[in-house]
Amino acid sequence: MSKHVNSIWFLIGLQLLIYGVLITGTGVWELFYPPMQMTELAWTHPAIWWGAVLLVLGIFYVNRFRPAQVLKD
Amino acid sequence: MSHNALGAMMVKPIVSATPIDLTIVAIYFVFVIGIGIYLKKYTKTGEDFFMAGREMTAWIAGLSFLSANLGALELLGWAGSAYEYGILAVHWYWIGAIPAMLLLGLVMMPFYYASKTHSVPGYLQLRYGPATRGLSAISFAVMTVLMSGVNIFAMAAVMQVVLGCNMNFSIWASSITMGVYVVLAGLLSAIFNEVLQFVLIWLGSLLIPILGLVQAGGWSGLKQHIMTNLAHFGVQNPGSYVHVWSTLGHFSDNPMGINWIGIVFGLGAVISMGYWTTDFLVVQRVMSARDLRSAKMAPIIGAAFKMFVPIIVILPGLLGLGLLNVHLVSETAVTAAAAHGQTLYSYNDVLPLMLARYCGPALLGLGITALIAGFMSGMAGNVTAFATVWTHDIYKPMMNPNASDGHYLAMGRWSTVLGILVSIGTAYFVMQFASIMDYVQALFSFFIAPLFGTVILGMLWKRTTAAGGFWGLLAGTAGSIAMYFWVDLQPSALRYIALSSDAKPMAADMFRALWSFIIVVLVTVAVSLATRPRPESELKGLVMGCTDVPDEGNYPLLHRPVFWAVVISVVFVALNLYFW
Repeated sequence: MSKHVNSIWFLIGLQLLIYGVLITGTGVWELFYPPMQMTELAWTHPAIWWGAVLLVLGIFYVNRFRPAQVLKD
Repeated sequence: MSHNALGAMMVKPIVSATPIDLTIVAIYFVFVIGIGIYLKKYTKTGEDFFMAGREMTAWIAGLSFLSANLGALELLGWAGSAYEYGILAVHWYWIGAIPAMLLLGLVMMPFYYASKTHSVPGYLQLRYGPATRGLSAISFAVMTVLMSGVNIFAMAAVMQVVLGCNMNFSIWASSITMGVYVVLAGLLSAIFNEVLQFVLIWLGSLLIPILGLVQAGGWSGLKQHIMTNLAHFGVQNPGSYVHVWSTLGHFSDNPMGINWIGIVFGLGAVISMGYWTTDFLVVQRVMSARDLRSAKMAPIIGAAFKMFVPIIVILPGLLGLGLLNVHLVSETAVTAAAAHGQTLYSYNDVLPLMLARYCGPALLGLGITALIAGFMSGMAGNVTAFATVWTHDIYKPMMNPNASDGHYLAMGRWSTVLGILVSIGTAYFVMQFASIMDYVQALFSFFIAPLFGTVILGMLWKRTTAAGGFWGLLAGTAGSIAMYFWVDLQPSALRYIALSSDAKPMAADMFRALWSFIIVVLVTVAVSLATRPRPESELKGLVMGCTDVPDEGNYPLLHRPVFWAVVISVVFVALNLYFW
């Protein structure tokens, strides 16, 4: 099988990692500067924990499917 | 969504995006175009462009198979239907999908795969000859670009209602982006992007059901909220909104106006089988698998995820039904209210309303990205299927049979551009006629149910002849169209089509499909028995009983398609019993 087929998982990981950083960062920022209009259940700080989920998934896929690792496999 | 209603609602979009939301959406556009540019160097032959080199793994083909179906009308439309009809909408994800996907994987895929054809009309050419292929290819090509145009319009309409985006900007920005990555690397980049879009759709939508269920107090709390809310809005028989089967005894017992015969036989046995096993838009993804085991496994992986798509589509609609303190109404009512300066929200707005309810800055951007990803995967699915059918089943056999592979590759790229331009034209055409989306849905169903009859008889019964296949398909399609216009011109005729005067339009679609399938079977069998059969030696690789199904390899139990099909069947039955 061509190695490029597996690169999709690396690209997905990279995008989730970027989104994870942006969303978690926004959640942390909102701890100090709460937005004017609050959403329902905003007290659970979904941006922080959902951003963290994206970040962890992103790190896993980037690490598991990084080009050097795929070539070694 | 009607254009007049949109115009009235332009002033006040449902949500307002912040710079961080727009940054998240912009990153998505950079990624999808980047994938097209990266994959162009791997797209050198027609096989690469039209079939992604036939080297996709089961997971990639399976997720892409499902993602191509998560299009424009899917996410918003079914969330809206869940609000309108309650949990009955889940039938389109369970009995209306799972059995058909398992049938495709276990029974039909070996024939599609063994024939090494490029498309479903290509299989019909091998089984029935050029006349049936031509009929199927032309009708499919027309329907595909029409549906793609409706997808583009729906996306632009939603972006206008949700974000206040200019419709022209949405139409051209989404079409050009999708066009760039499909023209560069064809099905390969469409599949890659569909897998990416699948992940984003889930991660961008999942927060709504999680937070919604927390707020409602779990499933039992949500049911209580729905009962209370519907009673408050004066809705009759609110209990029928939270049961999957127990209200299907009679048409008048449920909000959909349908009975179990329509759901089991019309939806489960005909429409769903037709869509998931013969609509080339989805079957093309599975055909790109690298070997037979992957090709059989891909629809089974798709079925496993399809069973849980209601979490991100149906559940938000039900949460809206239970938790929103405004009552959503039909598009007609929205348009009528807009004429009097009132702003109402329609059923189709339930998902954006729930997004605005729970998602603040950044999460809103992720949710909007999920919606855009859903729209683009649906559009790309239509356009890649159109390019393949146009090039291999219309242009090559009818206009230029002896050109080089490079010529057909170029034709694939040009037909992609042509398909997109026609789709954009259709999007502007649809804009003028609010109700045409209903007509297009009906048109699409005209060709799917009869085609399933033709393909399945061809695969399972060696006595079926070329004349039987052609006349059966033609009679079934014509019969379906005739029934549609009969009811359209004389609404009381619905009681003959759906066998009850209490039936509603949704029931009419199911029963029309069922009748058209029966017409196909009767005509095909009658004509086949009256005409001379093909010798069995010509049916090898095409028909059950004449084909040595290729061995999928010696794999352990956990890697076998049939094992996972049994697991999925058990979960499918359990879910239906739990929500009975």
